[in-house]
Amino acid sequence: MTAPALDRTLDEAALQARFDATIAAGHRIEPRDWMPEGYRKTLVRQIAQHAHSEIIGMQPEGDWLLAAPSLRRKAVLLAKVQDEAGHGLYLYSAAETLGADRADLTDKLIERRQKYSSIFNYPTLTYADVGVIGWLVDGAAICNQVPLCRSSYGPYARAMIRVCKEESFHQRQGYELLMTMMGGTPEQQAMVQDAVDRWWWPSLMMFGPPDDESPNSAQSMAWGIKRHSNDELRQRFVDMTVPQAAVLGVTLPDPELALDEATGRYRFGPIDWSELQRVISGQGPCNDERIARRRAARDDNAWVTEAATAYAEKHA
Amino acid sequence: MVTASEGGCGMAHEETVYDALDHAHGGEGQWAFGTGFDEPLAGVDTTVPDGIDPADLGEYCLMLGDDALVLAQRLTEWMTAAPELEEEVALGNTALDLLGQARLLLARAGSVGVLGRSRERTTPTVPDEDALAYFRDPDEFRCTGLMAAPGGDFGRTMVRLLAASTLRLAVLTRLRDSRDPVLAAIAAKGVHELTYHRDHAARWVLRLGDGTPESHRRAQAGVDAVWPLLAEVLSATDVERRLVTAGVAVDPAGTRDEVRAVLTQVLDQATLRVPEWPADVPPRGRTGEHSPELTTLLATLQGLARQHPAATW
Amino acid sequence: MTELTAEGGHGAVPTGPEVPVADRPAVSRRDWPLYEVFVRGKRGLNHVHVGSLHAPDDEMAVHAARDVYTRRNEGVSIWVVQAADITASSPDEKDPMFAPSGDKVYRHPTFYEIPDDVPHI
Repeated sequence: MTAPALDRTLDEAALQARFDATIAAGHRIEPRDWMPEGYRKTLVRQIAQHAHSEIIGMQPEGDWLLAAPSLRRKAVLLAKVQDEAGHGLYLYSAAETLGADRADLTDKLIERRQKYSSIFNYPTLTYADVGVIGWLVDGAAICNQVPLCRSSYGPYARAMIRVCKEESFHQRQGYELLMTMMGGTPEQQAMVQDAVDRWWWPSLMMFGPPDDESPNSAQSMAWGIKRHSNDELRQRFVDMTVPQAAVLGVTLPDPELALDEATGRYRFGPIDWSELQRVISGQGPCNDERIARRRAARDDNAWVTEAATAYAEKHA
Repeated sequence: MVTASEGGCGMAHEETVYDALDHAHGGEGQWAFGTGFDEPLAGVDTTVPDGIDPADLGEYCLMLGDDALVLAQRLTEWMTAAPELEEEVALGNTALDLLGQARLLLARAGSVGVLGRSRERTTPTVPDEDALAYFRDPDEFRCTGLMAAPGGDFGRTMVRLLAASTLRLAVLTRLRDSRDPVLAAIAAKGVHELTYHRDHAARWVLRLGDGTPESHRRAQAGVDAVWPLLAEVLSATDVERRLVTAGVAVDPAGTRDEVRAVLTQVLDQATLRVPEWPADVPPRGRTGEHSPELTTLLATLQGLARQHPAATW
Repeated sequence: MTELTAEGGHGAVPTGPEVPVADRPAVSRRDWPLYEVFVRGKRGLNHVHVGSLHAPDDEMAVHAARDVYTRRNEGVSIWVVQAADITASSPDEKDPMFAPSGDKVYRHPTFYEIPDDVPHI
């Protein structure tokens, strides 16, 4: 009885070697390829929580859909929120190639066993928040997401290409809204500055803890499912955003923000990581509300999903 | 290998199959976002044809435009609350189509000088479509109760969408021959969209009516709630009558057989009971007489814009 | 500190071992079947796989595909096929005994290249 076990060990070693060689060559891993269990689990967690973030991310801006102050803005925002539903859908599909199940992942979200990005637990207090989410939050997301277009896992990389194409429209519409508002009444200008003040630090936190506090990052980098370090992406975002803020005419709420002449990069002040931990652990301003909305969408409409299934069975 | 720069972070990725799709639609990089950026009125003569009263024409545009606007708002209420993500996207598309129709129609009303009291409440920098959507009071709206009624559950939402899109499709199909080239162009575009909306709603009504006992019950309750709203929708106003004579508008009464036939066919197939068709009553919504629910809907829609009447967005 | 990654797209989320990923033994009670979507962007091109969606039946699937993956472009040809109906091969496939996660875990061949003569609707 020892021979098959030995064969299995040998065979797994060969499979592992082939997997490692594929990654090393910069090629993609595809759904039916053998992969280490840790790689699969890490991907499912990451993709599922990315999908959850897209779906929950519909809500902060979605709160302004019915009240958007012009018909053009209403159409743009509707298209954007709809895109986010699509992004969630593409990403759940990618997770499903790894053996996950969308309804099961949705249950885990609603039961708070899986998380979504903490940024969406902040409220949108004025219409300027819609613009700032596009500019800062989607801008930060683009910095995070563009490297994912080269993820070692094929379905995730391909889903991300679609997502990134649409996100670039999201960021532009946000910035354009802010430009328009900054050219408007003094009240509107104050709304923009206030929104920037509230969203700037949470945007920087979107990149995650500093590199020296991210113990598993090295494994994810080796697997090709993480391409750049948190600090590196955060720095890119700051360097990209500071000149945009100047054009817009807003002040970023960080007195320590300054250009380092030697490196050409911007230094910024310390981030309050205890706030991130607080929000992630469910104490953010809107955690309960966001989850309750998803629960209602699932539970109040279960009869619709069941009806369509019953109809399909009758008419098969 | 072709590479393309993506986003503000300046990193590149390989060309993919999506690029072929992108190029097929003009390469604007947002093919999934849709190609609805075509100017639907490009090349259309916008002068009011001879013998048509611009006040009547504008009023008629408000009727059709307000219908689309309030129904779009009702469907938008489903965003983040729909049964499945696929349906979220579908409802979003439908709402976007209707919103597009509303914008063209309200802009047309404004361009022929029908702005009601809206201009007294805002600044000239606000476009006509927004002045009309945001700065008219409920009694100046010309939508029917069929479009403005609250959506209710998904069953009632789909039954109402079926009735509303069946009626509007029947009207716009005929309106493609309008003497007003702008209305004819808007109708031609809208017919494609409404055909899709009607089919989508019909597919759902079939599945809900002939699904589970629970869904059948809810769909029937939706039918019973929506049917009374049909009492006023086939009655023409004086404005419509004059414009019908002038070859500009469609008499809704002329769509009666088509609308009843379509609705009866779908409900029969969905194993739902078809209620008695309600007796015609004089137009209410078209003359500015609305239920309190429209006031609530408009308070939400208009609130922010009215707080900042001099703002540009 | 909880393990967090920013590469969940919209920002830092926990990805440590405390986050459950275990599969359910059976398909969820609510889930509609999974469909694969193929789109021909213009004449002269093959249909290419663009993604997946859930739908209760074939008719709803093809319409959902139009809404989700083309936002209703006219003149685009769409195929949908239930993922379960696709037969796929892979050079890396092994005897299930040696690839314990083979058929169950990777049961879904999404984004997989398939021959041009795939059955379509």
